[in-house]
Amino acid sequence: MSSGLLELSASAAVAAVAAGEVSAAELFELYRARASADREAGEQGLGCFTWVADEAPEAAPGSPLGGVPLAVKDLFCTENVPSQSGSRILEGYLPPYTATVVARLGRAGTTLLAKTNQDEFAMGSSTENSAFGPTLNPWDRSRVPGGSSGGSAAAVAAGLAPWALGTDTGGSIRQPAALCGIVGLKPTYGTVSRYGMIAFASSLDQAGPMTRDVADAALLLSHMVAHDPRDATSLQAPSELQLPSAERLDGVVLGVPGELTGEGIEAGVLESFNAAVARAEELGAGVREVHLPHAPHALSAYYVLAPAEASSNLARYDGVRYGLRAEGAEDLLDMYTRTRHDGFGAEVKRRIMLGTYALSSGYYDAYYGHAQRVRTKISEDFASAFEEVDLIATPTAPSVAFGLGEKTGDPLAMYLNDYCTVPMSLAGIPAISIPCGLSDGLPVGLQLAGPAFSETRLLDAAHALELALEFDGGPARV
Amino acid sequence: MISREEVLHVARLARLELAEDEIEPMARELSAIIDNVARIKELDLEDVPPTSHVVEMTGSLREDVVVPCLPREVALSQAPAVGEGGFLVPSPQA
Repeated sequence: MSSGLLELSASAAVAAVAAGEVSAAELFELYRARASADREAGEQGLGCFTWVADEAPEAAPGSPLGGVPLAVKDLFCTENVPSQSGSRILEGYLPPYTATVVARLGRAGTTLLAKTNQDEFAMGSSTENSAFGPTLNPWDRSRVPGGSSGGSAAAVAAGLAPWALGTDTGGSIRQPAALCGIVGLKPTYGTVSRYGMIAFASSLDQAGPMTRDVADAALLLSHMVAHDPRDATSLQAPSELQLPSAERLDGVVLGVPGELTGEGIEAGVLESFNAAVARAEELGAGVREVHLPHAPHALSAYYVLAPAEASSNLARYDGVRYGLRAEGAEDLLDMYTRTRHDGFGAEVKRRIMLGTYALSSGYYDAYYGHAQRVRTKISEDFASAFEEVDLIATPTAPSVAFGLGEKTGDPLAMYLNDYCTVPMSLAGIPAISIPCGLSDGLPVGLQLAGPAFSETRLLDAAHALELALEFDGGPARV
Repeated sequence: MISREEVLHVARLARLELAEDEIEPMARELSAIIDNVARIKELDLEDVPPTSHVVEMTGSLREDVVVPCLPREVALSQAPAVGEGGFLVPSPQA
């Protein structure tokens, strides 16, 4: 039964538990043993996890998610379970509370299987910037899984977890989902509580599901979305999410923006993307070109706004209330600066410096103010496009998974990974990545984006396309 | 190009100590990134309102009701040093 169990999608596992075909305890033990083995293998494993549960927690009997285990990105606070956002500066931190979204999913019946590796404070596109070391891509261990939610993506792709939570600030769910051949969805900003998520850039951070298929993403998301009085930017979604069932795309108009489907996108990625768009047409979709004239500037605006917010959010790591404190400081200021020197990795230091520079006297309006105006134009571009089309389709990432160490020495080359995903983040709109094919034996992701609160439509379209594309994630299982 | 002095000034603002061998690479990398992002300055956006947040909301206030907060010992439990029921830190002046 065990090997058969592993093949079940999370939704199918929920149904199997409900039907009494398998016990939640058996399911948990299967995945716990697999996740533990990866963790104990050290450098011989994939490095997906920062913590794995010792024993199965009690799942509420008869709960809607049936005790199906869940892997959670390290940056979600989990009570008395290590949560350090991949950073040395939070070494040993045991949060006294659990993030709202994790607690909600627990009440819905998921059991906490493991915490997953990530780029430090979610800053990165390769999961190489982690105090725990890198995560490897299960399709090819010499390559990165993408990032920053690379541990969650690799764990789901490798069958080490049935499903996982990630977070997305500029592409951190969608890009690793694309590079690992799984489904990842960034919901409309504000629909999922950020309470208990260790913050990177608060106007952009959003939690979302990372799953084997679209139905699993919809099921998990349906239990994540809710207004939370503890998050002042949390919203009440105007309508309830419907689980996807579409098999056709009749009446759906897809817009393909030239700005995100041309220069800078690898030939093999474009080929796979174009084939998927052609498949969408065969399913009845209308396809037309749209323009997002400011999208090419999104990355520049993002790399002002996100570091600016980060420099403020990360001011809290000062060696006073939690985590690391540098020894032997002469005075308070010396303790702050040395703790931050010792505790932060190179990319985090770079972003703090960049953000502090952009917010500093004399540069504020030229950089931060200007970037905020670009953000307005990007939202306006999407609003005009959605007057003509229902959804926008682009490749998720400009390339397939790249080699470990290939881009760590060149921050700008690393930042280009977010080229196609950052515009949607700045506009706060939902976007999903689904695997659409292989290029050189590595997965390619297709991104679909819709207007705010269009998750039901987005998931339905992704579902129809997924059925037609018949992507096989099997080769990544370990 | 961002100078060594500018790097040290920004690092002071960020309360971040940089080791001697971190300063020059930081100047080089920040310069490259800033040259790149500075392209947005070519856009004419004078009359465009800034967006700080995509969520439009006003008056997001809760009822003024007293609710329990973290007990003191729990709040202190993660601190590197505590004393007399508070967070213990080095003196502000050496």
